Amino acid sequence: MPDPTQPASLSTVGTSPIRKEGTAKVLGQARYVDDLHLPGMWFGATVRSTIARGRITSIQFDPAIPWHEFTIVTAADIPGENTIVHLTKDHLCLASEFVNHPNEPILLLAHPDRALLPAAVAAVTITYEELPGVFTIEESEAPDAPTIWEPAAADHHHATAKNTFKTYLMESGAAADLDHIFATADHIIEGEYHTGAQEQLYIENNGVIAECVTFDGIVKSVTVRGAMQCPYYLVHALELVFNLPEEKCRVIQTETGGAFGGKEDFPSVIGSHAALLAMKSGHPVKICYDRAEDMASTTKRHPSRSRHRTAVSKEGKILGGEIEFALDGGAYVTLTPVVLSRGTIHAAGPYHWPALRIRAKAMATNLPPHGAFRGFGAPQSIFATERHMDKIAKVVGLSPEELRRRNLLALGGRTATGQVITDTVDMQHLLTRALAESNYHAKRAEFARTNPTSAIKRGIGFATFFHGAGFTGSGERRLNSLVKIELTPEGRPQILVASTEFGQGTNTILCQVAAETLHLPYEDILIAQPDTARVPNSGPTVASRTAMIVGKLVETAAQKLCVILTNSDGLPPSYSPADFRTAALAYLAQHGTLVVEARYQSPGDIFWDDENYRGEAYPAYAWAVYVAEVAVDTTTYSATCTDFYALQEVGKVLHPVLAKGQIEGGVAQGIGYALYEKCVWQKGHMANNQMTNYIMPTSADLPPIHVAFEEIPSIHGPFGAKGIGELPMDGPAPAILNAIEEATGIAFTEIPLLPEDIFERMTRTPDAGTEDLNPTIDRDTRVEPEVVTS
Amino acid sequence: MTQITFTINKEKKTVEAPPMKRLLDVLREDLHLTGAKEGCGEGECGSCSVLLNGELVNSCLIPALQAEGATITTIEGIAPLAAPDQKLHPIQQCFLEKGGAQCGICTPGMILATHHLLEKYPQPTLLQIQEGLAGNLCRCTGYTRIFEAVQSAASQSNP
Repeated sequence: MPDPTQPASLSTVGTSPIRKEGTAKVLGQARYVDDLHLPGMWFGATVRSTIARGRITSIQFDPAIPWHEFTIVTAADIPGENTIVHLTKDHLCLASEFVNHPNEPILLLAHPDRALLPAAVAAVTITYEELPGVFTIEESEAPDAPTIWEPAAADHHHATAKNTFKTYLMESGAAADLDHIFATADHIIEGEYHTGAQEQLYIENNGVIAECVTFDGIVKSVTVRGAMQCPYYLVHALELVFNLPEEKCRVIQTETGGAFGGKEDFPSVIGSHAALLAMKSGHPVKICYDRAEDMASTTKRHPSRSRHRTAVSKEGKILGGEIEFALDGGAYVTLTPVVLSRGTIHAAGPYHWPALRIRAKAMATNLPPHGAFRGFGAPQSIFATERHMDKIAKVVGLSPEELRRRNLLALGGRTATGQVITDTVDMQHLLTRALAESNYHAKRAEFARTNPTSAIKRGIGFATFFHGAGFTGSGERRLNSLVKIELTPEGRPQILVASTEFGQGTNTILCQVAAETLHLPYEDILIAQPDTARVPNSGPTVASRTAMIVGKLVETAAQKLCVILTNSDGLPPSYSPADFRTAALAYLAQHGTLVVEARYQSPGDIFWDDENYRGEAYPAYAWAVYVAEVAVDTTTYSATCTDFYALQEVGKVLHPVLAKGQIEGGVAQGIGYALYEKCVWQKGHMANNQMTNYIMPTSADLPPIHVAFEEIPSIHGPFGAKGIGELPMDGPAPAILNAIEEATGIAFTEIPLLPEDIFERMTRTPDAGTEDLNPTIDRDTRVEPEVVTS
Repeated sequence: MTQITFTINKEKKTVEAPPMKRLLDVLREDLHLTGAKEGCGEGECGSCSVLLNGELVNSCLIPALQAEGATITTIEGIAPLAAPDQKLHPIQQCFLEKGGAQCGICTPGMILATHHLLEKYPQPTLLQIQEGLAGNLCRCTGYTRIFEAVQSAASQSNP
């Protein structure tokens, strides 16, 4: 075992070593998929639907194109099942008879000359018998809506209402008494909140290169390399499309230029497509989307609608609540039920609910399928809950701070799923610290004083929230993740995991954990490129699970490695890195190889009921208070976030520089979600599918982002670490809109909130810009004569 | 096809290319310099940034013929600008240490933009940094670590 008197210089956890692949990145030598070329490689392109919903009636090829030079793949060429499997098989690999959203793939083309493909795609004309489509949650749930989606016959026992992918009913506490609670409460506060779709906007578009080995016209194996988060998801997609066993489907992750969930489920689509073209052409085939195709065709964050109805005592204690949470899932199920699940659980927020009923549903629409994006349903429901908390405070006559203080969960309390809080985090303290360090009270008073005489209205607001780390409920048990560490011939430990690096720091933190456990310098630890021919399935790189779940497995494997070398009499009880190398080489000389493994074991006290949504939803939560300061210009109607403070408790911070980078980057995406990033839909087609007109924050658009951590080690992660990646996406949007209400007195309930939305609202009523303190009147539904005051 | 001759990373090169071929494609396909990346293809993201006669340009917007006789620096040629045979330019070292590179796809363009900025303003204010880098989008960092890297590089070059 490592010497407890080890020199401090060898300790790496909690320090910020250089990221493992960093030097290649700053030199421009890191190889992303579009930087790779295989001998004989062709290029692929996709012919897509131009309408939202309809039956394909004809496909015509313009004779001006020398089609004999091209490989053309249709659904008829698929050797296995025509499906991209996630949770169900409703999502086709290639449409053949019907299309259900714009830009649905129908045909694939490949050619040796990349430059000839756009003209060829344009030379394929597809005609349709158009069918009516639905494009919003409201249209999909309408009683007279066309039926655009039905569960497959095999799934009929799970059948729900028309156009409904999934529903959840989550009841907690005295939910059965809610009628009585509402009948006797001092206040009933209702609110409806909406969030829009959001594009992940990784700077590297989706791209892959596929190879296929055939013999006598039969596919023997496929290999796909490319940008992705979850190599084994693609393996499982390929198994079905090619009807091959798992070991014949090899997937290699290449350096990945950002992902944020956008490369979680989608690589199964583009990877299958490229592999089909490779099969039929007999060449390796690269498909790299350009920006317009990537934005128009790939997944986005699910749009949402939340309706809150809350019973509150005159002292500001929440007595009970009903929440309806609805997602727009797009045209196919993909990962939507899981997104809905996380959103549902997080809708309750870090509050004590004596009685709560949440009805959640995901609706089908004729939009491209929505998918994973950092936060995975939680940013949507937390936006609603945190806006609603400010509304409750206003109605009851408390400050936003005091309202939360009276309802925050504490150690020993129960979450809405009945989970007892065992984290020793103290949200009251986090709130105190965040408001003090952001100078909240002084600024709030100052803005109240200066706003009446200023055209620039300033405000400060905050959000309190938590985010569960790891897969929900029994998810981690089902994943059954496996991690290995091997010794290289040089006697260096090499980590073998399918966990991928796409900027967040997977390579670096896992090597830190191994180094710390093995009492070796960080530089001595290697991590293998994720290649499913070599690395075990350590689960997908999603859900803020890598540091906590995979990191813990790396720690366990490293401990086993240490024990084996000690027991082989090679490693003295107290050893130096040189001793380790000597012992490792001696072991290899005697035994040839050394590979240790660690498999996930569910903590014994974790219980989860999938049917009723009760129990330990997550092994651990990260807790946070985010404070936003805004300026709303009443001349231009633009709202700007002018300062941002993010305090979080995430367990032990493994690498402070990477951790701050995660929070800052997530906050930036959250600011974009709130104020800039709007997907404009026209009959299901994204109309602004360019960086020119879909606006993400530049370096000139963001405020100073102050990041602070509280570190309370968690028993669930290595050296006390918990999850961190998704958390910063949850808080900015509600904090900013809470601040805008403070600044303007107007309760905006929808994001993104663009200047035109502010203009529309501020010029709508004669008392625009003043605070409406009458809680019983919903300003949105009040009938007013149209008066323009600006 | 046109013969186009230019100096790239201190080496004289001649390529045969259609005159309107994008400089980005000439770099990546003809010269196998893949450090410049295509992020958007319309001059918004800056991932394809290179220095053309000392100016920061989006190489996806530059036709190859415009490079005739030009001096071009790409990320592959940035380290030797500080000192011959140097492995990392101080800007690259600062991006590494300060966490200015996450996924790395914007990093080559960001480093060239920083080089251009520091030539113009050796001791830039935060506002000058924010505006100088506003043509280079980064989706990972929220830019804070990048600002720190730029400030650190500026302080090192002018102690």
